[in-house]
Amino acid sequence: MKKIINDVTRVEEEMISGLIKANPDKLERIENELIVVRRDRKKDKVAIVSGGGSGHEPAHAGYVGYGMLDAAVAGAVYTSPSVDVISEGIRAVENGKGTLLIVKNYTGDVINFNMAAEEVEDEDDIKTMKVVVGDDVAVENSTWTAGRRGVAGTIFVHKIAGAMAENGAELEEVAAVAQKVIDNVRTMGMAINPCIVPAAGIPGFTLGDDEMEIGIGIHGEPGVRREKLRSADDIVDELLEKILSDIDYTGSEVAVMVNGCGGTPLMELYIAFGRVADVLKEKNIKIYRSFVGNFMTSIEMEGFSITLLRLDEQLKTLLDAPADTPAFKN
Amino acid sequence: MNKTKLIEILGRTADVIEENKLYLTELDTEIGDGDHGINMARGFAAVKEKLSGYEEMSCGAIFIDVGKMFIKVVAGSSGPLYGSAFKVIGKTVGDSEEVTYIQFVEGFEKGIAKIQALGMAKEGEKTMIDAMLPALREMQKADIAADGIKNAVAAAEKAVEHTKEIIATKGRASYVGERSIGHQDPGATSFYIMLKVLSEAL
Repeated sequence: MKKIINDVTRVEEEMISGLIKANPDKLERIENELIVVRRDRKKDKVAIVSGGGSGHEPAHAGYVGYGMLDAAVAGAVYTSPSVDVISEGIRAVENGKGTLLIVKNYTGDVINFNMAAEEVEDEDDIKTMKVVVGDDVAVENSTWTAGRRGVAGTIFVHKIAGAMAENGAELEEVAAVAQKVIDNVRTMGMAINPCIVPAAGIPGFTLGDDEMEIGIGIHGEPGVRREKLRSADDIVDELLEKILSDIDYTGSEVAVMVNGCGGTPLMELYIAFGRVADVLKEKNIKIYRSFVGNFMTSIEMEGFSITLLRLDEQLKTLLDAPADTPAFKN
Repeated sequence: MNKTKLIEILGRTADVIEENKLYLTELDTEIGDGDHGINMARGFAAVKEKLSGYEEMSCGAIFIDVGKMFIKVVAGSSGPLYGSAFKVIGKTVGDSEEVTYIQFVEGFEKGIAKIQALGMAKEGEKTMIDAMLPALREMQKADIAADGIKNAVAAAEKAVEHTKEIIATKGRASYVGERSIGHQDPGATSFYIMLKVLSEAL
């Protein structure tokens, strides 16, 4: 394993510490915890808390700030934060108007966020609502699976719910618009090279020089299928086909995200985006806004995902509303 | 099982989980996200540091504290699942200087129910539950700990082996679908390892 780190056991700690030092006027940290909160907290605003395991940088702490999250709670790499940490994060930013929890659909995250929500309600009388993001179409959504994973589409939930909360909406309204995003957002990803969890020291899967994994998640786990590597255009076509067979976006206006997994050059992301734009045009799907970059990563994995979000006037306004966070500015 | 024995078993379990850290992690790498061994070892290392303090506590309080450490230190999904189960066992055992076999089995049954409620998993979905329920059934058949736990270990071992044939439909291994066939479930395995330590110590 080759990484630019100091101590394999302090990766999460030093990462958060560096993020705070890079944004001292905007972010602060709850002492000794992997909790990042925004400095300019407003009174009378629904608080928004999200989080999950580390390794997805800039998610989630990079989205803490004006117009997005009030707090991000992190766990070890790819491991949900504990109930205690989540509760502490909620307590730190709660200001009487309730808290929306944005949770990616993984067994660990859901259990810990649920237990934390119960704890703060019982002990601190804090009202919370929770939305669970499951935008990954690689996984079938049925009673026979743990349900679809929450992946890059989560960033749109952060942005739009954050804007709604910043406008002074009530908790129920913020939760409703977050759910609206979840209902209209779909993602599909692939990888050509795996990542190494620092504490594990070995990759989550290995691929031959001419192989790729289709339908990967964001935790370095294998995808749903292994195939021979094909051209960027072919890969984009396959990913889009899977997304479009889940929601028919024809005639809609969409926000598009081509998200890098951490180790993918922007050069390749733009090549992929070019094809996405062409295919969507062909299918009469109008691109309202585009996002190309590393938004929800899997450490150094090489690969990318495509996310489509169907927009209406309300979602367009909220997507365009001001935001000022380390990783997302409007 | 008296308190001294309980503390000794916890220490021994911590050592054995540490020895199996890489093994559990490798199992998890094949079908999950490759951190089960690391997380379990981190939890038991935290428990081990507290062992000397356990001398002053009741058996129930010890189980509850182990549960709290798991929820706090392990996190992920194994942390709150195992942790909540340890807490339930602790509540069942109560403020006592020893753990009777009947109390343990009752606590274990309630602990499994808690895990199933939190994780929404039933038998046959390639999770830790697949090793726990057969073990519980053997324990319930026996009147004394020596027989019950021994038979439970054998049942769990068989069940762990059987997880190779199951398609994961819950937990993170469910994302790889049919590709999970042929791979042993890491959660079921860590449970089997813990149960085996218990059996050998009794």
